[in-house]
Amino acid sequence: MSATLRHAVWVIRGNPITGVAVAGLSFLIGIALFAPWIQPYDPLASNVQMALQPPSAAHWAGTDQLGRDILSRLIAATRLDLAIAASAVAVSFVIGAVIGSISGYMGGRVDRVVGRIVDVFMAFPLFVMAMAMVAVLGNRVENIIIATAFINLPFYIRFARAEVNVRRGAGWVEAARACGDSHMQVVLLSLLPNILPAMVVQITLNLGWAILNAAGLSFLGLGVTAPTAEWGIMVAEGARFILSGQWWLVAFPGAALMFTVLCFNLVGDGLRDVLDPRMRT
Amino acid sequence: MRAVITIAHHTARRFLASIPALLGVLVFTFLMMRVLPGDPAVFFASDPNAGPEEIEQMRKTLGLDRPLPVQMAYYFRDIATGNLGRSMTTGQPVVTDLAERLPASLELTVTALVLALSLALPLGVLAALYPGTLLDHAVRFVCSLGVCVPTFVSGLVLIYVFYVILGIAPDPTGRLGAFDAPPPGITGLLLVDFLIVGDFESWRSALSQLILPASTMALFVLAPLARMTRASMLAVLGSDFIRTAHSLGLSRRKVIITYGLRNALLPVITITGVVFSTMLGANVLVEKVFAWPGVGSYALDALLASDYAPVQGFVLLMASVFVLVNLTVDTLYGIADPRVTIE
Repeated sequence: MSATLRHAVWVIRGNPITGVAVAGLSFLIGIALFAPWIQPYDPLASNVQMALQPPSAAHWAGTDQLGRDILSRLIAATRLDLAIAASAVAVSFVIGAVIGSISGYMGGRVDRVVGRIVDVFMAFPLFVMAMAMVAVLGNRVENIIIATAFINLPFYIRFARAEVNVRRGAGWVEAARACGDSHMQVVLLSLLPNILPAMVVQITLNLGWAILNAAGLSFLGLGVTAPTAEWGIMVAEGARFILSGQWWLVAFPGAALMFTVLCFNLVGDGLRDVLDPRMRT
Repeated sequence: MRAVITIAHHTARRFLASIPALLGVLVFTFLMMRVLPGDPAVFFASDPNAGPEEIEQMRKTLGLDRPLPVQMAYYFRDIATGNLGRSMTTGQPVVTDLAERLPASLELTVTALVLALSLALPLGVLAALYPGTLLDHAVRFVCSLGVCVPTFVSGLVLIYVFYVILGIAPDPTGRLGAFDAPPPGITGLLLVDFLIVGDFESWRSALSQLILPASTMALFVLAPLARMTRASMLAVLGSDFIRTAHSLGLSRRKVIITYGLRNALLPVITITGVVFSTMLGANVLVEKVFAWPGVGSYALDALLASDYAPVQGFVLLMASVFVLVNLTVDTLYGIADPRVTIE
């Protein structure tokens, strides 16, 4: 057994919550993968006679104002929300890591300019910026992904910059250069893999944030539109019925959001303990 | 006196350093407005069936026929003179609208921040004093949960529990109870205005309207504040001077509060600045849930109506507030830890 794996087992034994979170996350990913086969009803099929039914044996999570089965909608939404978050984070990670490490590797004026631009972007209220972007680009799922990726980008650039900056003077970088690697090869083949473990922690923690962002946008009516099943929009539709006491419209998608973000955050914390015990707080 | 001068000097330097960021924000909003769909000339041409000549005329009046850099110069001039355009939905100048609604957002955000800090500091200190105990784990648990619940969900849950079930919270819409007259607009902050007028009945009613939205927001930012307090307090409590203070026989209270907390405060101030700007963004969601008449809900309504001048004004306002907050944080640094300014 490799040392890292042994360390991981040790961490999970010391902090069983991480193990639970990993199980929870696998459960969610399983649901997302097999969504079309496990949802008991069609998530879009309305049945007005069955509108606003509380949870029962037939409808475990009740029905919404159009009589759609909430559990089926939750399952379909798991797939959509995880896909949105994963693609957004993937896009910003790839672009951010490349820009950040090139900038950090080059140093000097280029690095200062990149740093300034990142500062400018971080001076924006980022959620508001995402709102404006979706409004400009149009209410479509791709645009939520673009907006979420865009507001995550400065964090990745800054992170990769800092990490590469620390390592650029290291002996193995010089060795790679001495072996005849071009600058591009050094960045892509030596430096990027080296900062990857630290970035994985960042990615995991970021996924939870991306889900909150995407759901927040849909809650406001930006991005995913009406009949589609998505957690944020389900909460927004259910909000109208909370005053008349139909709690299940909000409670279940809300709990799904919370559970997902919690799992990502706990797994992220656990990964940080595995990969970099110094950063524990 | 010398310290004050150093702090002022430091703050001035930071302010100058933030000007490029503000300029960047200006350029970005300008470009964003140009990318937005819809031709303002067509919109502003009075007659919906205006002919091409009329639209062309309008374009000239609006300066849209000039090259982009010239337009940008005009744009900067407008902003420097406080002209942010006119909202198409309310028909008022954007500056007026924002000035009217900013106090509501500030009251909500500041109350939430005070609430969060007054919970997070003691919790963080306690968790650091008894690390690894049940108390520590409980604090960590509450924090992990708080950061995972989106504000729009926790707000609705609070409404359901305290208004629908328990019936102790007022109708969760707006800043004023249904039967209260608004106070004369002195500061725009209801809690302050009612106090000045001496209307304690309405003051209590305004406070009860504020509690749920402020708690919603406080819950969301509790985690970073408490976590940072705990981490930084743990580091300080382990240092030599704390041990020395203990061995000199100083009271536990003095060691923890005067020596420990003051030294642990610096990172907490940093994170408070970050948290404040997150709250400015999260405001939009909370204001929407509680029908709070702040700048966030104003910008959102405008955005959904494709009315972009208010959105631009809102973004600029938020960016300026952000810069101001950062400046305040820098100044607070100097006060909390005089060593910072000696470089």
